[in-house]
Amino acid sequence: MTAEQLARTERILEKFGSRGEAMLIAILQEVQKEEHYLPKEILESISRKMDIPMTRIYAIATFYKSFSLKPKGRHQIKVCTGTACHIKGAAKNRDEIMRRLGISDGEVTADRNFSVETVNCLGTCALAPVIVVDDQYYDGITPAKIKRTLEHYSEDHDE
Amino acid sequence: MTNKSAKEIQARIRLDAVRDAAGKRKAKYRHIVRVCNTGCRSRRSSMIVDALHDAVLARGIEKEVLIQPTGCHGFCEFGPVMVVEPQGFFYGKVTAADVPEIVSETLIDGNPVKRLLWTDPDSGREVLLERDIPFYHRQQKLVSRKCGSIDPTSIEDYLAEGGYRALEKALFEMRPQEVIEQVESSGLRGRGGGGFPVGRKWRSCRQAEGLVKYVIANGDEGDPGAFMDRCLMEGDPHSILEGMIIGAYAIGAHEGFLYVRDEYPLAVEHLSIAIGQAEQHGLLGEEILGSQFNFTVSINRGAGAFVCGESTALMNSLEGKMGEPRAKYIHTVESGLWGRPSNLNNVETWANVPLIINEGPQWFRDIGTNGSKGTKIFSVVGKVNNPGLVEVPMGTTLREIIFDIGGGITPGSQFKAVQTGGPSGGCLPASRLDMSVDFDLLSDAGSMMGSGGMIVMDERTCMVDLARYYIGFLISESCGKCVPCREGLAQMNEILTGICKGQAHEQDIDTLQELALFMRDASLCGLGQTAPNPVLSTLRYFRSEYEACASASVGRTRCG
Repeated sequence: MTAEQLARTERILEKFGSRGEAMLIAILQEVQKEEHYLPKEILESISRKMDIPMTRIYAIATFYKSFSLKPKGRHQIKVCTGTACHIKGAAKNRDEIMRRLGISDGEVTADRNFSVETVNCLGTCALAPVIVVDDQYYDGITPAKIKRTLEHYSEDHDE
Repeated sequence: MTNKSAKEIQARIRLDAVRDAAGKRKAKYRHIVRVCNTGCRSRRSSMIVDALHDAVLARGIEKEVLIQPTGCHGFCEFGPVMVVEPQGFFYGKVTAADVPEIVSETLIDGNPVKRLLWTDPDSGREVLLERDIPFYHRQQKLVSRKCGSIDPTSIEDYLAEGGYRALEKALFEMRPQEVIEQVESSGLRGRGGGGFPVGRKWRSCRQAEGLVKYVIANGDEGDPGAFMDRCLMEGDPHSILEGMIIGAYAIGAHEGFLYVRDEYPLAVEHLSIAIGQAEQHGLLGEEILGSQFNFTVSINRGAGAFVCGESTALMNSLEGKMGEPRAKYIHTVESGLWGRPSNLNNVETWANVPLIINEGPQWFRDIGTNGSKGTKIFSVVGKVNNPGLVEVPMGTTLREIIFDIGGGITPGSQFKAVQTGGPSGGCLPASRLDMSVDFDLLSDAGSMMGSGGMIVMDERTCMVDLARYYIGFLISESCGKCVPCREGLAQMNEILTGICKGQAHEQDIDTLQELALFMRDASLCGLGQTAPNPVLSTLRYFRSEYEACASASVGRTRCG
């Protein structure tokens, strides 16, 4: 764990720590937001400081989908697989993204530029099919649009 | 009822002064430009708002124009949408590049920008006003009426529209029991899916033993294809809060929780702002509006688990645990969050409460059908021309919703089925199009109201594949605690995949049916009990598709 990570974790624990175990999900959400995943060392330090067994922390970290125990890419692609997106071709888009990047669901590219995951409905069903890159929504997605979108974020990486 | 205290009178005078000032402030502007900046944000509406600010400043008319970001108008197909007052011109598919023309043509010269108006596909004519678009004709916007008109981050806007008057009425003119009686007699049923009578739940919770009680708003809208709760939380957060405060007063709770899906960061932001503002104005906290009543609300973010939409799983999650459901014979109104009496309602249910208190139960009962009162917001999506959010009285037919409001099926396609109620619901065929939509009729037809998602499908969707899609979704969302749900879903998935691939066995369809009925009876919570519905309803109405896939050879099925 780096000194910055330690400081960040301390801050999060200070914010929620006194309110006990009920805040565990909120604490892990903050860690996930800061680090983009849940590093093992941070979880161990939370376990020690809050006196919560690691088994309980892992139970929470693996039960809820928004947590990741693996680092994510610089750009995180979410492919919505809600019903409206499903019937408008989400599976084709998912396959196209994974084919182009050469990775499968939940993986990171070798250069760490992209990670991709399929997600449950994002609630933007009127714009289906939808993908989200970082916080930017792309609606009415087709394989041709995927090519352009990926290129956009690859250039961004080269700069 | 307490006598009017000086504190109470002062608090209410202050609130009226805020309402008055907000109204006057608005009246000072020559133009109000309302831009949807919640739902349309995914289509870059924030850039339109920024461009508007720049453009009015450049033209020196910034003092005459109020630029107001609003919630969702429902007509998502046409988004990003904008309304320019006083004329009320309704523009759609607006981009930041259109802004200079809107400013010079409409704000300065007073003319509509014709190319941004909605064009009727039948007559080819442009329509100037929002209310003249057929999409809105059969709608009755009550719960969502403020979403497109007020700034959801401004309590002054909400107050100016009569906000928190229902709370004043409940607190100062009604005893808690009277509030419960009114909600009970309104016939309001839970909007989250179950349709349980709201007043009865409140009464049980009020009568339950215990000094500490909780109220909870379920904003964990997990049904794929449903986004009406998102619209309310982002577009009119105070209406949910007002409902919760009234409910807490009626039940005798002093602490409330809003559980919001992790996928909805803007909803969390707007609700947090609303809570802060309500506290500032004495509408939350100690001695609300000078009364003896104390109540606080906090927000908990979900962490991505569909099962947490189930009330007992949600309560476990609020306690910081895994979102596993609890046994049903213990009622949450008696022993819920931390073992205390807890009353949980969906956010749309809470947003109905101020309406009932303001307008009275009789008014509410006059809307809807015998068993289902009031309106319901539906998200109509999939292969329709106007995907979006619609609010209609209970009892409106599927045909009216899909064809008159939704604008019919996308060109070149034919209606095949509509899926309602999410993964717990079912698929209804064309023969059911003239069915009125209410809680009981949907259940009788083998589907359910659910939270109000309606996904319209054309002939290109294979019903076996759709059933497999839902079962696949539920496999990853089942918490795994009880065997019927965990193993039943896995077995159903295997059989459905076999049928889709043309590798079906002779008894497969019968086995599916048997498994489905067993899961319905033996699962622990609502997720497992309703999980077989997508299979059962497609078997009921589209059995021939199963048979066609089952008798096809490998690689020759439609759904592969």
